Amino acid sequence: MKPSRITECNEWILARFPLTKLWNEHMTHYYAPKNFNFWYFFGSLALLVLVNQILTGIFLTMNYKPDAKLAFDSVEYIMRDVNWGWLIRYMHSTGSSAFFIVVYLHMFRGLLYGSFKHPRELVWIFGMLLFVALMAEAFMGYLLPWGQMSYWGAQVIISLFSAIPVIGDDLSLWVRGDYVVSDATLNRFFAFHVIAVPLALVMLVFLHIVALHEVGSNNPDGIEIKDSKDPWGHPVDGIPFHPYYTVKDLVGVGVFMLFFATVIFYMPEMGGYFLEHANFIPADPMKTPEHIAPVWYFTPFYAILRAIPDKFAGVIGMGGAIVVLFLLPWLDRSPVKSIRYRGGIYKKALLLFVISFLALGYLGTQPATPTATIFARIFTAIYFGFFLLMPLYTRWEKTKPVPKRLTPVHSLEEQLPALIEEITVLKPASTEIGHNAFKGSSFTRQPNPEGIRNVISRFVKKAIGSLD
Amino acid sequence: MNNKGVDQSKRQFLTSALTVVGAVGTGYLAVPFLAQMQPSAKAMAAGAPVEVDISKMEPGQLIRVAWRGKPVWILNRTPQVLETLKTLDSELRDPLSQESIQPESSKNPARSIKPEVFVAVGLCTHLGCSPTFRPEIAPTDLGDKWHGGFFCPCHGSWFDLAGRVYRGVPAPTNLEIPPYRYITDTQLIIGESAEEASA
Repeated sequence: MKPSRITECNEWILARFPLTKLWNEHMTHYYAPKNFNFWYFFGSLALLVLVNQILTGIFLTMNYKPDAKLAFDSVEYIMRDVNWGWLIRYMHSTGSSAFFIVVYLHMFRGLLYGSFKHPRELVWIFGMLLFVALMAEAFMGYLLPWGQMSYWGAQVIISLFSAIPVIGDDLSLWVRGDYVVSDATLNRFFAFHVIAVPLALVMLVFLHIVALHEVGSNNPDGIEIKDSKDPWGHPVDGIPFHPYYTVKDLVGVGVFMLFFATVIFYMPEMGGYFLEHANFIPADPMKTPEHIAPVWYFTPFYAILRAIPDKFAGVIGMGGAIVVLFLLPWLDRSPVKSIRYRGGIYKKALLLFVISFLALGYLGTQPATPTATIFARIFTAIYFGFFLLMPLYTRWEKTKPVPKRLTPVHSLEEQLPALIEEITVLKPASTEIGHNAFKGSSFTRQPNPEGIRNVISRFVKKAIGSLD
Repeated sequence: MNNKGVDQSKRQFLTSALTVVGAVGTGYLAVPFLAQMQPSAKAMAAGAPVEVDISKMEPGQLIRVAWRGKPVWILNRTPQVLETLKTLDSELRDPLSQESIQPESSKNPARSIKPEVFVAVGLCTHLGCSPTFRPEIAPTDLGDKWHGGFFCPCHGSWFDLAGRVYRGVPAPTNLEIPPYRYITDTQLIIGESAEEASA
């Protein structure tokens, strides 16, 4: 039989480009551990948000004017006069906050299950470089609407460079291209925001995934699935990424979009956290707003900057808070990856770290009162303590035995019936509603206070016990 | 491929030499790209001096003018304010302005040519926010230690009414004093120093 035109076309391409090979290596023959849980949604979601930012960004540039005289009005023009401009702009502005939510959760997953540890150090480093590039991208994008917060935020952050001894002043002058934040600064930030940094982001995503697929994904048990293989050389605890995880991630995408759309349509400013109120006033180089704060995703680092009462040390502290994350694979000396088998000391340290990160994030949005400054100093100490004391406390840590194979996951469908059984009690339906259409339903389930108490106390005991 | 009879050290030398020459060339090529980000000739020329008429200023009044895109404050200080300034030295980081930026003619305790007229660049020396003018004494939000001055809302730096920074706040030095001189008793020119004019 003569091969069809489509087959011929395929063969022509495959002789020149390894399409099938790439697809197999990274999708159908890429074996991922079979026990991925909730925390493993956020990598693919970050990719989704990146695509959203690039697409909406392209359309925004069609009407935006990177000019100090025109920028603010062009954003208002997009919001009011351009067809669907409001939607595209809100997708972009909400997308930037969503990007950081997703990335922070993705990084927290790494801390939970030791995804940064050997042999995934480079995956972590590329990820951290992505995080830094993302912060640069967000910061430069925030200048573009040329509102009061854009202007003074950029003024403060660029002035950070001037704290560097000797070259500082010349460096910040070079970054601004003028003696103050001005049209020159806006124009170059536009160039960086729409082309330079996005290119770097896309390249780093590529490197991040190539490095990941070389070593294979970590999992909630923190063991290497490549250590137990079947006779055909496939990990026994692995399942092909496609279709198993593409389908799982699609569910995650659906749920994410539900939240994303809710924010875009009902609370695009998020009470001043996603789009700050002061940014609805055009930039005024003569007057700083009464209270300036960065967008929420920078506030933990901003709180660290403010907590240190010295200009240079403050900048070092802020930079150090990010640099120390790069060193994580070498600070953690525990032989065990996953929090499931780590000692209580790491669990407590991680809990303290999360509390201090959230608290710093809150303090960064508030005015710098003396009390707030003292709290910010305490939480800054905890933040750095988590990392800098890690080589010590992870060495003392009493770890639990790690299984050879992945532990089974109990699905919600398995757990739910027993739980419902416990927290409810069967009672005969009252005679008033006896003429029920369903004959068998003369019993109804009603809440069982004792059962609910038991479940809660068991849960609390388990939560406390799991800290050891 | 056969490497027999190849002078390996010569090959190594040529490779290294080419690498070095290539790196130098790349370095030279980078110069125009990096240098184009410096302030342009137009931005440098925009720093023209500004004339200010201060004849209509009330005692205690502050006016703001733009010079090189920066806010410049001119404050008419009352005799009470000047008296208070003399009592603050122990609370200040650099009361004599040894490490701060100002023209020679303003390097004195009141940091001005004429004590009652104070001129300063209205940008905090910490991270460049514009501090707010708070001349009142001991307001509720700033506390009893506040003797009137400039408060930076961004990171909480305190300055007195001579732009001198307090101890224990993030700003490292006193507010910058721009070069300025008097044309007449009631006319200032900002951007030209008294020293340059007399020279």
